[in-house]
Amino acid sequence: MKVGVCLKQVPASDARITISDPSKGIDTSEVKWEINPYDEFALEEALRLKDAKIAKSVTVFSVGAKASEAKIREALARGASGAVRIDTAGLEGADSLVLARVLAAAAQKHGIDLLLCGKQAVDTDNGQVPPMMAEILGWPQVLVISKLEISGTAVRAWRTAGGGASEVVETTLPAVISADKGLNEPRYAKLKGIMMAKRKKIPVETAAGLGVSDTAGSVTLSNWSPPPQRPAGRMIDGDVDTQVSELVRLLRDEAKVL
Amino acid sequence: MSDGILVLCEHDGGVFKKTAHELLGKATELSAAVGGPVIALVIGHDGGAELGGYGAQKVLTVSGEAFSTTNTGPRARAIRAAIERVRPGVLLAAAGPQTREALPRVAAAMGLGMATEVTDLRADGGQVVGRRPVYSGKALADVRISSATAIFTVRPNSFPVTDGGSDSAAVEALSVALTDGDLAAKVVSVEAAQSTVVDLTEADRIVSGGRSVKSKDGFDNLIRPLAASIGATPGASRAAVDAGYTTHSTQVGQTGKVVNPSLYIACGISGAIQHLAGMRTSRVIVAINTDPEAPIFQHATYGIVGDMFEVGPKLAAAFEKALS
Repeated sequence: MKVGVCLKQVPASDARITISDPSKGIDTSEVKWEINPYDEFALEEALRLKDAKIAKSVTVFSVGAKASEAKIREALARGASGAVRIDTAGLEGADSLVLARVLAAAAQKHGIDLLLCGKQAVDTDNGQVPPMMAEILGWPQVLVISKLEISGTAVRAWRTAGGGASEVVETTLPAVISADKGLNEPRYAKLKGIMMAKRKKIPVETAAGLGVSDTAGSVTLSNWSPPPQRPAGRMIDGDVDTQVSELVRLLRDEAKVL
Repeated sequence: MSDGILVLCEHDGGVFKKTAHELLGKATELSAAVGGPVIALVIGHDGGAELGGYGAQKVLTVSGEAFSTTNTGPRARAIRAAIERVRPGVLLAAAGPQTREALPRVAAAMGLGMATEVTDLRADGGQVVGRRPVYSGKALADVRISSATAIFTVRPNSFPVTDGGSDSAAVEALSVALTDGDLAAKVVSVEAAQSTVVDLTEADRIVSGGRSVKSKDGFDNLIRPLAASIGATPGASRAAVDAGYTTHSTQVGQTGKVVNPSLYIACGISGAIQHLAGMRTSRVIVAINTDPEAPIFQHATYGIVGDMFEVGPKLAAAFEKALS
């Protein structure tokens, strides 16, 4: 079985996000990048399938500019067998559906049987690409999972439902699976892996080369702003009993939430 | 020509969720500006005439055994059939486990654009425009969709519920045929959560604990009772989850859940940017922390500098008294 992992680089989770031009989006000039945290769980799960000899290979697929290769190499350093970068040229107007078409085409070209993804990228926070790829490929999906078992082509996955419950879903390969936090504990790269990753070639594909001609998305973002500032709050002084009774009074009479 | 608004109305065994009423109210308001009817879509239940009281002019139902489960395939197929039948300009649905599985499949199959988890919707020049948090809530942006039907999922508690009238809407059953592929993934069992409280993402009140609850016992004996005293759902910071005091399903923030309650009480949470990303849209935020310099106080509506082990039990007792 050949496993594909979709990987995206996103601003580090502790990065401050600033907007210099409300029509364009965030200012990325000082942003430190990292692998989307949910993609880390997808990658780790794929590597575990390879370690267990269930997967023959693990190929990373990433849509990004040349500069994103550093993050792809991090995945190679941890043990991915190979990687494909799909260049962003021609994808300037892409929305989730366009990206899903491109990634699905790449997975198909490389004969992938199982696509593992993060549940969402923590930049656009859409969570649309994994199920869209599944639909385009005509495959089943199980999203936001906390546990995965694969035996032959049989898949059992525990997906997060409401209220902390899990639904056990059974399906068969080929399939798309998306990872929630808690699926596993991602490994660190070892020095040997880092050295080997440096020498690996990362082939570059384009949307056109993958046969995807419809690259105009229908979803556009505009009018960017930082979140609204909350009005200054009120500190409640006094001894504990005073603080508690005053808080209850404010919540009931002023905020009206009790 | 596509027009009107189709609203996917979720229910628990035929009892409509608050989100269904929220969305119908908003759809009614939007339809006055963008035109066309407001039509409710109900999957897995053959009723819903009462949704007329919330603004639905018609109710489409898709019922039968295959549609009464949480399986994704039949749900996506039913939504596709309803879009083909109605050709709405807009489809509104509550963001949640069901819609995140089904709607992107619908969008991909029909070549439609979709926006996930908007927190506001408005009409602008005859078009419905969404507003949504991006970068885990560190920024907001308008989202416009140019496809024949624009799909929006809306974060629960984003809109007030306008009071239900007594109008009754006509119910039309839609017959939907399934393919083998629609049944390729099936839920075979459910491992229930230990608690019966409302899920964090839908909760109207949340009490969260941070690393300074010190232990699993601290979480269980301080945060859970305080939450129970006002019928709130317990939540936690990433630090508390990583330390093993509670499970990941309770985590609020960037790699946990994004919540939108009326009341959020943060106990011993410093207010790291990753945590704020998950709860900053809460209507009222209460912070209890020993450190007067903790960043959480910058975002709090009400702040108490104090030890939550002292404040918490007294607050729980006071809440119980106030609500009795």
